[in-house]
Amino acid sequence: MKQINLDDLVQRVLEELTRKDQDVIQFPEQKQRGVEKPNNPEALERAMNRTPARIGIGRAGTRMKTGSYLQFRIDQAAAHDAVMKTISPTLLETLQLPALHTKATDMSDYLMNLDSGRVLSDESVRWLEQNADKGKDVQIIISDGLSTSACEATIPDLLPALLQGLAMRNISVGKPVFIHRGRVWVQDQVASIVNCKVIISLIGERPGLATAESLSAYMIYKPDANTVESDRTVISNIHRGGTLPIEAGAYLAELLEDILKYQASGVKYMQLRAK
Amino acid sequence: MKLACVIRKQTYQFGSVREVLAKASEEKSGDRMSRLAADSALERMAAKVVLSEMRLSDIYENPVIPYEKDEVTRIIYDDMNLSVYEEIKNWTVGELRDYILSFSTGMPELTRIGRGLTSEMIAATAKLMSSIDLVMASQKMRHQAYCNTLIGEPGRLAFRCQPNHPIDDPEGILASIKEGLSYGSGDAVIGINPNNDSVESVTKLLKMTHDFMQHWQIPTQNCVLAHITTQMQALRGGAPISLMFQSLAGSQRANDAFGVSKEILDEAMELMLRKGTATGPNVMYFETGQGSEVSLESHEGVDMQTLEARTYGFCRHWKPFMVNNVSGFIGPETLYDGRQMIRADLEDLFMGKLHGLPMGIAPTYTNHMHADQNDQEIAGMLTTLAGANFYMGVPGGDDVMLSYQDTSFHDDASYRELLGMRPLREFEKWLEKMGIMENGRLTERAGDLTIFD
Repeated sequence: MKQINLDDLVQRVLEELTRKDQDVIQFPEQKQRGVEKPNNPEALERAMNRTPARIGIGRAGTRMKTGSYLQFRIDQAAAHDAVMKTISPTLLETLQLPALHTKATDMSDYLMNLDSGRVLSDESVRWLEQNADKGKDVQIIISDGLSTSACEATIPDLLPALLQGLAMRNISVGKPVFIHRGRVWVQDQVASIVNCKVIISLIGERPGLATAESLSAYMIYKPDANTVESDRTVISNIHRGGTLPIEAGAYLAELLEDILKYQASGVKYMQLRAK
Repeated sequence: MKLACVIRKQTYQFGSVREVLAKASEEKSGDRMSRLAADSALERMAAKVVLSEMRLSDIYENPVIPYEKDEVTRIIYDDMNLSVYEEIKNWTVGELRDYILSFSTGMPELTRIGRGLTSEMIAATAKLMSSIDLVMASQKMRHQAYCNTLIGEPGRLAFRCQPNHPIDDPEGILASIKEGLSYGSGDAVIGINPNNDSVESVTKLLKMTHDFMQHWQIPTQNCVLAHITTQMQALRGGAPISLMFQSLAGSQRANDAFGVSKEILDEAMELMLRKGTATGPNVMYFETGQGSEVSLESHEGVDMQTLEARTYGFCRHWKPFMVNNVSGFIGPETLYDGRQMIRADLEDLFMGKLHGLPMGIAPTYTNHMHADQNDQEIAGMLTTLAGANFYMGVPGGDDVMLSYQDTSFHDDASYRELLGMRPLREFEKWLEKMGIMENGRLTERAGDLTIFD
C-alpha cells in the first residue's frame, strides 16, 4: 500500500486552490492602449477617452493585435447572442409573466418575414380572450424583439417601477404579458382583444457593439384600422448607459397618465400638449 | 419573345420580363419577402435559361417600371447611346455574357457597350454569372474620376476615413480622423455621418475637417453625409464642401421616400460646381445597396438586384466621384447571411462598373444577420481582387454611431498589402512626407494618432 504523507497532501491541495484562482483569466472590458511608443502618451490617453471608437489600439503588421481582435469579437458575439438567445424562463417566472407567441415559428422566420412577428398565434389569441384583464386603462407588453439581453438587463427594474408609478396615479392596469418574437405592430391586435385605452410595448432594440442592452417603449392610444406610425409615442435608449431603467419606469408612468388625459398619443399628443 | 422552357420534362411558364429577371436572381431573403423569388431551385434555373435566350431588344422594349411612371427609368433610357444599342440589340443575354468574358474583350470594349445597355440588361447578365465570372469581368474595368485627387488608377486603392461619433463631438471625431490617416486611410474622402442633421452642426463639422486638411496640407476631399438639402443649405451659407453626398435607390417611389429627385440632384451639382471647394469635375458621392426599396415598401414588383442596377443607371447621370455600395446594412430581411451579402457585393461591383462608374464597396453586417467578421473579410478580399476603387475605414471596424460593422483601418491597410496596391498618387506623397509610409508600406510611425499632436 502506498504511504500518503498528510502534510504533502494538504500542501498540494492548497497549491491547487491558489493556482485555480490565478488560473482564471480576467479579460479586460475596457479598450486597451495598443500603441507601444506613442509620440505623445498624454494626447493618446485624452483621445481614447474622448470617443468610444476603437482608436489607439495599435497593430500587428497591418492586423489588429490579439487582445483588441478578441475584444472586438467578444463584443460582436454578445450583440449577436442578444438577438439569437431566447428569454430565460426563470425571469418570466420571477416576474410572473405569462408567455405568448406570435406567428413567427422560429427566429429565422421572425427575422426574414416582418409580418410574422406582427400577429399573435391563434393559441395566444384564445389565451388572451379567456385570461386577460379586459377594459383597463393600460396594458403592458414585454417583448424580446431583437435583444433578449435588453429585457434581462432592464425589465427587472423597469417593470416594478412602472407598475408602482401607475398604481400611485390610480391607473388601472391589465396583467402584463410577455410576447416571444413580437414586433411593435402586434400591440394593435392585443389592444383590440383586451379593450384597453393605452397599450405600451417594451421591446429589445437592434444591438450594437457598444451596448446590446438597449430597450424601447412604444405607446399608442386606442389603435384602430386608421392607425399610422406617427400615432405612436416612442422612448428609446433605455439601458444603464442611457436612460436608467428605474427612472424610465417612473417617467413612462407619468407619460401614460398624460396620454390618458389627452386621449391621444404620438404626433397628435404632442400637438394637443403644445396648445 | 419566349417566356417558357422545359427542364427535366417540366414546363416552366413566366408572365413577363420582370418576372423572369426576379426569378433568375440568386436566392435573397428580400426577394422572398416581397414574394418575387423563384419557388424552387429548378424554377430559378428555368428562369435563367429563359433569360439567357432573351434578346436585349426584348428587355429594352419591356422596362420593369414604365417610362411614363418612373423618373429612374426615364434617366436610364434618355442617357443611353442608341448607336451602340443598335449594334447589339439582337444579341441574347447569354451572348452578352460570353462577349464580356472572352479574352478579346477588354476595358475599351466594355466601356463602349456599357453606353448602349439599359440597367436591366446589365442586371440580367449578372444573373447568369458565377462568383469567378463576376470577379474576372469586374477586373477588366476600372473607371477613374477626379475631385481633388484622382481615384481609380490601376494599382491604387483608396479609403474613406469614417470617423463617426455618437454625439458628433468634434474632438472625438478628430481623434478618429488622425487614427485613420496614421493608417493611410482617408484618400477617397474624410466623410462623417452626422448624428445631428442640423445645418449649423453640419457646417461646424465641414469647417473643422476643412481646416484640418488645410493645416496639414492633406490632398483629399471632405464631406458630411447629411441629407442633400441640408448640405445645400450649408453650402449656400458658405460651408467648405468638396464632395456632396446622397443615398439613392432604383425606383422613383423609393427616391421620393429618401426625399431626393432629379431636380434636387441637378441643383445640388450645379451649386457644387459654383460654390464647392473642389477642383472637380466629379463632385458627387452616392451610396446605394440592395434592399433599400424593399424596406421602403417601394420595390414595384422588381427584384433587389435589378433595382440596384437601375440605381447605377440613375447615379451615372451626375458623373460621381464615388459610388459606394453598402449591401448588408439593413438586416436579414433583405440579405439573410454572409453568403447573400458576399453575392450582392460581387454583383453590385460588376454592375456598377459596367455602367462606367467609379465603384467602391462597403462589405457590412449588422448584429441580427447571420454573418460575422469572417464573411466580411472574404467579401473585402474578393472585391479587392475584382478591382474596387475604394472601401470605408472605420476605427476597429465598429461604427459607434450607426451600430454596424464595416471595414477597419487595419483591413484597409491589409487589402493594399495583399495585392501590393498603393494609396492615391497625391496622397501617397503626403503619407511619405509625414513619415507614415515608405515604398508603399506602413512605417514604424504608422498607427499612432499622436504624430499630429
